[in-house]
Amino acid sequence: MQTQLVKCTINGKHTETVVDVRASLTDMLRNDYRLTSVKKGCEVGECGACNVLIDGECFNSCIYLAVWADGKNIRTLEGLLGENGELSDIQQAFIDEAAVQCGFCTPGFIMSAIEILESGKLYTRDELRKLLSGHLCRCTGYENILNAVEKTMKRRLGIEV
Amino acid sequence: MIVGKSVKRVDAFDKVTGRALYTDDMADKSALIAKIVHSTVAHGYVKSVDISEAEKVEGVVKIVTCFDVPKFKFPTAGHPWSTDPHHQDVSDRLLLTEHVRFYGDDVVAIVAENEIAATQAARLVKVEYEELPFVLDPLESMKDGAPQLFEDYPNNILNHTGYEDGNYEEAIKDPGLIKIEGWYETPIVQHCHIENHICYAKEEAGKIVVVSSTQIPHIVRRVIGQALGIPWGRVRVIKPYIGGGFGNKQDALYEPLCAYLSTQVGGRLVKLDVSREETFVSNRVRHPIKFHLTTYAREDGTFVARRMEGFSNQGAYTSHGHGIVAKGATGFRQLYQSELATKADVYTVFTNCPVAGAMRGYGIPQAMFALESHIEDCAKALGLDPMAIRTKNMMPVGFVDGFSKNENYFDSLNQVIEKGKKYIDWDRKFAEYQNQTGPIRRGVGMAIFWYNTAVWPISLESCSCRMVLNQDGSIQLQLGETEIGQGADTVFSQMAAETLGIGMDKVHIISTQDTDLTPYGTGAYASRQTYIGGFAIKQTALILKDKILEYAHYLCRMPKFDLDIIDGNVVHLTTKRTLISLEELATTALYSLERSEHITAESTYQCKSNAFSLGCAFAEVEVDIPLCKVKLLNLINVHDCGQLINPQLAEAQVHGGMSMAIGFGLSEQLLLDPKTGRPLNNNLLDYKLSTTMDHPHLEAQFVENFEPTSAYGTKALGEPPAVPGAPAIRNAVLNATGVAINKLPLNPHNLFARFKEEGLL
Repeated sequence: MQTQLVKCTINGKHTETVVDVRASLTDMLRNDYRLTSVKKGCEVGECGACNVLIDGECFNSCIYLAVWADGKNIRTLEGLLGENGELSDIQQAFIDEAAVQCGFCTPGFIMSAIEILESGKLYTRDELRKLLSGHLCRCTGYENILNAVEKTMKRRLGIEV
Repeated sequence: MIVGKSVKRVDAFDKVTGRALYTDDMADKSALIAKIVHSTVAHGYVKSVDISEAEKVEGVVKIVTCFDVPKFKFPTAGHPWSTDPHHQDVSDRLLLTEHVRFYGDDVVAIVAENEIAATQAARLVKVEYEELPFVLDPLESMKDGAPQLFEDYPNNILNHTGYEDGNYEEAIKDPGLIKIEGWYETPIVQHCHIENHICYAKEEAGKIVVVSSTQIPHIVRRVIGQALGIPWGRVRVIKPYIGGGFGNKQDALYEPLCAYLSTQVGGRLVKLDVSREETFVSNRVRHPIKFHLTTYAREDGTFVARRMEGFSNQGAYTSHGHGIVAKGATGFRQLYQSELATKADVYTVFTNCPVAGAMRGYGIPQAMFALESHIEDCAKALGLDPMAIRTKNMMPVGFVDGFSKNENYFDSLNQVIEKGKKYIDWDRKFAEYQNQTGPIRRGVGMAIFWYNTAVWPISLESCSCRMVLNQDGSIQLQLGETEIGQGADTVFSQMAAETLGIGMDKVHIISTQDTDLTPYGTGAYASRQTYIGGFAIKQTALILKDKILEYAHYLCRMPKFDLDIIDGNVVHLTTKRTLISLEELATTALYSLERSEHITAESTYQCKSNAFSLGCAFAEVEVDIPLCKVKLLNLINVHDCGQLINPQLAEAQVHGGMSMAIGFGLSEQLLLDPKTGRPLNNNLLDYKLSTTMDHPHLEAQFVENFEPTSAYGTKALGEPPAVPGAPAIRNAVLNATGVAINKLPLNPHNLFARFKEEGLL
């Protein structure tokens, strides 16, 4: 087994670990750091459940090698809580809009929402549909997920919801 | 009032923060990894298995083949066990099998130190087969001379049932009748919960402990006991949060095999995590069904005689079996009435396809696609308004089913239709969209549906509930019924709070079921839990309340009949005075040196009723004829599921069902290579699940008629939302183009064939 040291920042904390060079970033985050919000739904980049932010951009971590994460800034759902355990606005919106059912796709969706929200742009509903189309959900029909993202986007931009 | 309010989900915080733990999140990193070697032929006998190369892979701990496993045949369906042998589920599975009956059957299992070793070893196992002819179509499978899957089932017929109300052959002789008939066909679809089935097992304290992503922990416990030939009490099943189920996990899937593998490696922890590709083929699928429907009607649209023939493709093993198409036949019989006769014959037939089991709607999405398409065809053939023909013949108010004793108490169907018509602007659009020309055409369509609630009187309906009073006046609430994403834990908590007179924050529901600790309940299926759980919760809450008030009587000396619990306080009704808070009472009761009492309640409620859950969908589509593409512009579902316990969650539940119906109607199908039986698109790229891009706004509305048989006025909503969408879309395409498409999905392939036939292309 060939291994390699991976140094990266995860949820604001500098970390390092030795990984099997064949390991995916999903494997590293789940197994080495116990960041279990990173879910496995297909492990071939089809469902979006393992989505995390790498240097501000969304990736399916299941098809991103752990060794590529060296030197990168990685964010997962676990990193969204405030210092005193307070929920971020998008997490609260997922609760308020009943956008959560089984909850398995939720972490991936929320991390895509973060990328959308941090762009500072105002998207139309149709544009949001396209931006979120990399995620599969079998419970919600996406309706309330779209509502949660759209409302949070508008609130952040100071637009009345 | 807490029932009827849109309180937030009790598990939402944990789910949006990543704290909610699912099976894989709980498995220790030390777990050995199991992988299954699946059959690469659709039908045959395993002649030999060569594991010599596989064994050499570093890290391989154990290899078990089909020749090694115990020969206890077991059933897998998530039904309550019947003590009557004639009503027991068919036992036709082994942990691994020598006689493989579909491409993807289970032949060999590898246990290794890590996933890579297990996967490599699985690839190196050489299985030699004696190939047999195979059959994929149920009608072919029934023919004499077709390949036989089981000795005990001649012509591969698992079961055939039927009924005849009146005399059909005589009825159709009535003069002046017009005959309308058609074949309607649905494909193989899969549940596609985002969390694949996963379980892990180990031995501990003389027991086998299995943690599994299942909807039915208490049933899985029994099946593991049956499969391993060990007493059921030696099996402990734990169900944490699960990433969806939709019926696939209403079967014992790989829990028995995983438990067995643990016993073969000295009780060490073994994890069996199936891939998405395996989930599509080697778990369960929805039964594809071919229906032949015939109606004899008068010119005025009165249905005089109706006939259903159904051929349900069971795939290779029984699983839920005949119950699926049989339920479809019941829906056919009840949703519409015939003046003289209704007759049905339905067959469930083994084929060498993936195993069909329970899937959201349990045969009713298939049956209602056939029926509601057929009703539309009847209207067209008779030159009548499709709405008028429905209202003329559909189940009337006051209808009572002789078998289930279900009564149609309200005019639900007309009420839901009115709401749907209004939302979609039916009258204007239906007329406007007739007789269009040109390549792009629009249409509207609708469908009503029949559903019932829970499984009584087909089988047992019972639920047990436990409540434990804490020192602070809060309670622990436990049920055997499971949270699978639908919001069960939240509505159970609302019910308990409502009856006990305490706040939601005082109800701590224990989401996890552990068969060693949790009272018995059969789990999430048949849209049963809100209805059935409601009885047990109300009954148990009343017992607990009685004990609390008894203690309050002891402490406060006021008569029990003049006391109540309001907002967490014991109140004297006559004076309206608060006598004591529940917190003070509970603390006193526990620590009293004079009369110490741990106040708890536990009870079982056996339900011997059932309730109709009715509704409709209306769809508007735009059809691009040259591209053979349907764009869904509008979709509304309207349900009467009784009183809504939590309107916001009910609406969310409907959205999800509508989404599943859109996939069923427009894009989803698991394809098998007709030459080999090999699955062709068992992945989420090639199997077309609906995405955010494939949906219009999903509108969910309700009619709330308080269900008289129910503890909280509620009835089925889990599965019904997935039922009416597909036929509504099909009928909208008919309205747009004049072409009836009777084979799902309405994808370009099927549209092209039909448009060509009808001269549109």
